[in-house]
Amino acid sequence: MKNAENPMVSPAGESRRAFLRAGVAVGGGLLLDFSLPRPLSARANSPITESTLNAFVQVSNEGIVTIISKNPEIGQGIKTMLPMLIAEELDVDWGDVRIEQALSDPAKYGLQFAGGSRATPLNWDALRRVGAAGRQMLMSAAANQWGVPLSECETASGKVMHMPTRRSLGYGRLAAKAATLPAPDLQQVPLKDPKNFKIIGKSHGGIDSPLVVAGKPLFGIDVSVPGMLYAVFVKSPVFGGTAAAANLDEVRSQPGVRDAFIVNGGPVFNGLVSGVAIVGTNWWLVDKARETLQVKWEEGATAAQSSEGFAGQAAQISARAPAAKVVSEGDVTEALKQSAQRLEAAYSYPFLSHATLEPQNCTAHVREGKVEIWAPTQNPDAGRKIVAKTLGVADADITIHMTRCGGGFGRRLMNDYMVEAAWISRQVGAPVKLLWNRQDDMQHDFYRPAGFHFFKAGLDGGGKLHAFSNHFVSFGENGKAAPSADLNANEFPAKFVPNVELGISLMPLGVPTGPLRAPGSNGLAFVFQSFIDEIAHAAGQDPLQYRIDLLGERRQVGAFDTGRMIDVLELVREKSGWGKRTPPKGSGMGVAFYYSHLGYFAEVVHATSRTDAKITVDKVWVAADVGSQIINPTGAENQVQGAALDGIGEALGQAITLNAGRVVQSNFNDFPLLRMDQAPPVEVHFLKTEFPPTGLGEPALPPVIPALCNALFAATGVRIRSLPIDPKLFA
Amino acid sequence: MLYTIRINGRAREVEADPQMPLLWVLRDLLDLKGTKFGCGKSFCGACTVHLNGTAVRSCVTPVASVGAASITTIEAVAGTPTGKAVQNAWLAADVMQCGYCQAGQIMSASALLAKNPKPSDLDIDKAMSGNICRCATYTRIRAAIKQAAGMPAADSRDTLR
Repeated sequence: MKNAENPMVSPAGESRRAFLRAGVAVGGGLLLDFSLPRPLSARANSPITESTLNAFVQVSNEGIVTIISKNPEIGQGIKTMLPMLIAEELDVDWGDVRIEQALSDPAKYGLQFAGGSRATPLNWDALRRVGAAGRQMLMSAAANQWGVPLSECETASGKVMHMPTRRSLGYGRLAAKAATLPAPDLQQVPLKDPKNFKIIGKSHGGIDSPLVVAGKPLFGIDVSVPGMLYAVFVKSPVFGGTAAAANLDEVRSQPGVRDAFIVNGGPVFNGLVSGVAIVGTNWWLVDKARETLQVKWEEGATAAQSSEGFAGQAAQISARAPAAKVVSEGDVTEALKQSAQRLEAAYSYPFLSHATLEPQNCTAHVREGKVEIWAPTQNPDAGRKIVAKTLGVADADITIHMTRCGGGFGRRLMNDYMVEAAWISRQVGAPVKLLWNRQDDMQHDFYRPAGFHFFKAGLDGGGKLHAFSNHFVSFGENGKAAPSADLNANEFPAKFVPNVELGISLMPLGVPTGPLRAPGSNGLAFVFQSFIDEIAHAAGQDPLQYRIDLLGERRQVGAFDTGRMIDVLELVREKSGWGKRTPPKGSGMGVAFYYSHLGYFAEVVHATSRTDAKITVDKVWVAADVGSQIINPTGAENQVQGAALDGIGEALGQAITLNAGRVVQSNFNDFPLLRMDQAPPVEVHFLKTEFPPTGLGEPALPPVIPALCNALFAATGVRIRSLPIDPKLFA
Repeated sequence: MLYTIRINGRAREVEADPQMPLLWVLRDLLDLKGTKFGCGKSFCGACTVHLNGTAVRSCVTPVASVGAASITTIEAVAGTPTGKAVQNAWLAADVMQCGYCQAGQIMSASALLAKNPKPSDLDIDKAMSGNICRCATYTRIRAAIKQAAGMPAADSRDTLR
């Protein structure tokens, strides 16, 4: 690549000052240490409110480039993708790049987290500039050595070249010299023209995949520390319940058990709650000892709560006006009166568990006031703070090793298991591996909150939507929605209909809730995009075209660009053969779109209601606009296919039911995850546009659920208004 | 009880409760941590190992029931004729996301191919439906199995092209 002037693109138009320090690496070579304070502008649906971006790159005297991966790897491919950005602009071969997982160290790395599909938009520009700055310094070192102008130098594959004199030097031989040069201004370093990319845009397999297929111990559950004991922590089956007494002596006499004790805990779910710890020399024996455990639980007020009770309560509340208005424009009541056609429908969706396949676990060692932790976590520093507060130790005395996570999906943004392990380790005075069994994991989650939606719509004589209302009966207290249980004023079709009212009423909930992949959106997309489908059918119009018409002119509506959504709807129309296929009897096609995490997604599902009262999802087509560049195509396609199938799994069978304040489900027999024989082919099409690249972990999920339900309506005339889909409806 | 069991071609002695599942014997007594715990009740397949070449769920296999059977785990599956091919296909197809289930998937897939070198899509469904992938990488698991079998990767169930 020539060192030509490239147009500078200001990242998201924000004014920011970045800092780059260059120096000599331990063992020689060039070390780049970069930091960028960054205001957060993305949609606030994760607990992250501020952040600093940091990057660490080292070029050794041997020409090997080591990039520190600072974020947790939960299967989103971040450990592979972020270094690709640096390596591209540094202009090295991917084979010469090594990637090391960082410790959790906010002073050094800023915020380290996995959530909100944020890594791509946050790092796309910044990390490429780090690589470009390193390349600039290596080129300057070569130009100085050769006594030639910098502008005559170019780079390729980890070498600086001076073509007029046919000289070249490897980065390794330049690293020490480059380390003595001043760091360039990050905003002035030239970036590559994307058409010259050699790494970005090419598929790179997961950096740790060879270790995974060989069964190497990479996950939290695989951690082993000398002298380690094993623990289980038994919590009240009723949320918020406390352990008053237990037959601890009997439990202590069980084989393999060293100790059993009550932990008093506190009222905060994302902290240490009350329970009984059993600790011993063998996890299986410790878990088995639970069979003898008898606890007198003070169950508390949540014992009166149930899913059935909430459904009844929601129906009653729906008869009243919403407690709070989210949006109110025009006059919905009057417009409904004037409507040629009126529709009303009640929708609901259940609580969901994250069900990461690796159950929650943590290994902790507390000694002499210092805490060392090995944890699969999406948000290590939040865990550090809880441990510091609960154990009364300083943040600086806590070391957190981030292991690979066997799935995240938002569950490991919470660190309840981390504080439990630390507490138990301190109590027994030994390193302890705490491991939850599957029942613990399913019954002590931070659930996707259930939701109840009561819709009204009015159409004019031409079938045009001119009145729309939604009363969302959700969970929360004192006017504050529970985590992931809120409704946003931008929810489509608000701002696209002249008379609109979105309102919310809250029911107190004693059960912890939290973000599950595409939080909020994963339930809202189902209800809003299904009801819009009802409206389109009532208008006698094609559901895909009706959506495009509703989006209207190509324009910006807040952060939302209607043109980008229209384009993915057109793309999915073309790719799925929408309107051109004639599905056989019992089969149908459905469409939905959704904008979340800055991504534009339109999806079509072909589904069949079979005579044996089973549902087959035959195929999914996804059209997506996540900007100008798919950074790692293999990872991108995998994320989209997985997210779409995840949504289908949720729709087909998943519900967490509360009864007497307890979760009824306990394992994968009654909380079914999608399996191979249910997984349809998923065709993925990316529409490349001029916008900066955005993330892919989440936004493909929300629209697939309404697309499936809408397909079943097209197939059978039966409208799904409650999840999971009940196949008996088609019998 | 003291048991001598054959694991990955070696005789290993373990002192264990007769009911202790093979999964925990492997993981915590023999430090073979490639085999994973997911559900403890044979619902998810993360703990799949080979017992005389057949895929079994080690989380519900008491150590006392193993006897003289030969056990192969993910750590040694590369030494079996189909295991290496399956591992390579997994990397070539870039199957995994979080990777937690993949040891179990590879064990089920390599047992399938050892008995049925050219499986149909229906055969793959039958053999693999006991293995949950929470990241839902099923499209690639299917493609990788076919690649390991030297078959075209296209999904024959996909009639809607």
